[in-house]
Amino acid sequence: MADRTPGFDTLALHAGAAPDPATGARITPIYQTTAYVFQDVKHAADLFALRAFGNIYTRIMNPTQSVLEAKVAALEGGTAALAVATGHAAQLLTFHTMMQPGDEFVAVRQLYGGSINQFAHSFKSFGWHVVWADADDVSTIEKALSPKTKAIFVESVANPGGRITDIGAVAKIAKAAGVPLIVDNTLATPYLCKPIEHGANIVLHSLTKFMGGHGNSMGGVIVDAGNFDWSKSGRYPLLSEPNGSYHGIKLHETFGSIAFAIACRVLGLRDLGPSIAPMNAFLILTGMETLGLRMQRHCDNALKVAQWLKKHPNVSWVTYAGLADDKHHALHKKYCPKGAGAVFTFGLKGGYEAGVKAVSSVKMLSHLANVGDTRSLIIHPASTTHSQLTADQLKLAGATPDVVRLSIGIEDVEDIIADIDQAIS
Amino acid sequence: MNHDSYHPDYILNILKTVKTVALVGASSNSVRPSYFVMQYLLGKGYDVIPVNPGLAGQRLLGQTVYASLKDVPKPIDMVDIFRNSEAAGPIADEALALAPKPKVIWMQLSVRNDEAAAKAEAAGVEVVMNRCPKMEYGKLSGEWAWVGGNSGVISSRKQTMHESGKVQSLGLGPKTY
Repeated sequence: MADRTPGFDTLALHAGAAPDPATGARITPIYQTTAYVFQDVKHAADLFALRAFGNIYTRIMNPTQSVLEAKVAALEGGTAALAVATGHAAQLLTFHTMMQPGDEFVAVRQLYGGSINQFAHSFKSFGWHVVWADADDVSTIEKALSPKTKAIFVESVANPGGRITDIGAVAKIAKAAGVPLIVDNTLATPYLCKPIEHGANIVLHSLTKFMGGHGNSMGGVIVDAGNFDWSKSGRYPLLSEPNGSYHGIKLHETFGSIAFAIACRVLGLRDLGPSIAPMNAFLILTGMETLGLRMQRHCDNALKVAQWLKKHPNVSWVTYAGLADDKHHALHKKYCPKGAGAVFTFGLKGGYEAGVKAVSSVKMLSHLANVGDTRSLIIHPASTTHSQLTADQLKLAGATPDVVRLSIGIEDVEDIIADIDQAIS
Repeated sequence: MNHDSYHPDYILNILKTVKTVALVGASSNSVRPSYFVMQYLLGKGYDVIPVNPGLAGQRLLGQTVYASLKDVPKPIDMVDIFRNSEAAGPIADEALALAPKPKVIWMQLSVRNDEAAAKAEAAGVEVVMNRCPKMEYGKLSGEWAWVGGNSGVISSRKQTMHESGKVQSLGLGPKTY
């Protein structure tokens, strides 16, 4: 196989997942253990000092988790990855590794509501300050930069609006500013879009969504693109300076292109502790084997539903980049030509009440706060996921009172359409 | 040889055929990458000979340190260069002056000297540049995935435990030297 670069579906099945060396088990075993024996005292000391590869304690690493990490890194084209408990944990550890109290980062407003809360409220108590910009006008990102800026954060395909970000344009701004570009690729998955190919330095996922894909396990991941020089500016001391908790080792010097993933593991994960359960890593791995098949079906179904909604008399608008007249159609063709994702919004002419009625009337679609399940999901953001936001924030996040968000599943599309039809008619 | 992208089999063949490795630029500082690499290669069964004029005559990880390659009293299969790209040139010259010549000249991550590489290859010596043998061993054995690393290798063959029988140590299969 080494003579050719394996395709996406081949990597989804095989990357990181060789047969188990101890037993020959073909499927990655669930290593349901908290700790691992050492060869001897010297081996233990070497592991703790990062001088040897190996497992110590499942808070920091686990062999089932390692396969998941290697697979996601391969699919994204990164050098290494770190799997953690949730997508939120991935964001926490990413920023923990680069931010000092008083630092800023620039994020676009068009984000998952949970990320807006984490950035605007919880991060503030660490002294990490978010400065907001507009994903549809990248010049606002440039204007939001300051000498305190440590990173730029965007979503490739934004939740809940189905917007698509001009990753290449943002990457140029990040590069000129000497700060890393972090891209949340949850809604696109590497099947649709590979942000590293467009200049991203770190890619994050909530694995809970399309990557695992079956709505059964929480997980998050940090992918290191290996393409950012953490030592050059001296502004990322956790990576460039001698580390007191590892005998003075310099993580970037020692680990080179995988230094960021290593730092998130041996500092953030070690000390803050949001590790992924081995069982969840296993379930997500199983889901990821069919990622390409599922994503194509999700996208094909979503396009048909969006086209149908567009003609429905009770629908005032549909925002889906797959539609030819959509504002983000050109970016969809550039960044994710195989499909525009399966999460999008539409507006009901009846406003807030019509939105509440729709989610109360569905029979097959599930009314819940998640996306990226094999099943079709529906939610009314103004009354649920985005209900903590102010009216201004709701507008900026694309979650006005008439908005209904769909996450289209892989059922027969005629059944999805029939259920939505009876709920909004 | 394309030194921007190596075929995994090229690296595998080198790591399975060399036994004696002279590590030029060895360090006694236990947080330096050269120390990590020397210790790792010793653990995988390589006969690693540290070379550093400042430490000549001392013992490092149980091995005698030599001042230069020509002082090493036995044939060397591979010279691993832990110096900058410029310094790698004269060291490669020294390596090519040995009798017998080494089979491989390996320059560490971030070290690349195309002129020295061309000279070595013309003399029938294989060259690897801008790579770390610890990382490459890890990628080929499967240990690289233990740190979440993307090895670029996929295989349906069972990974191999290292022949030492140590726990948490993968190997590259039977040696071919």
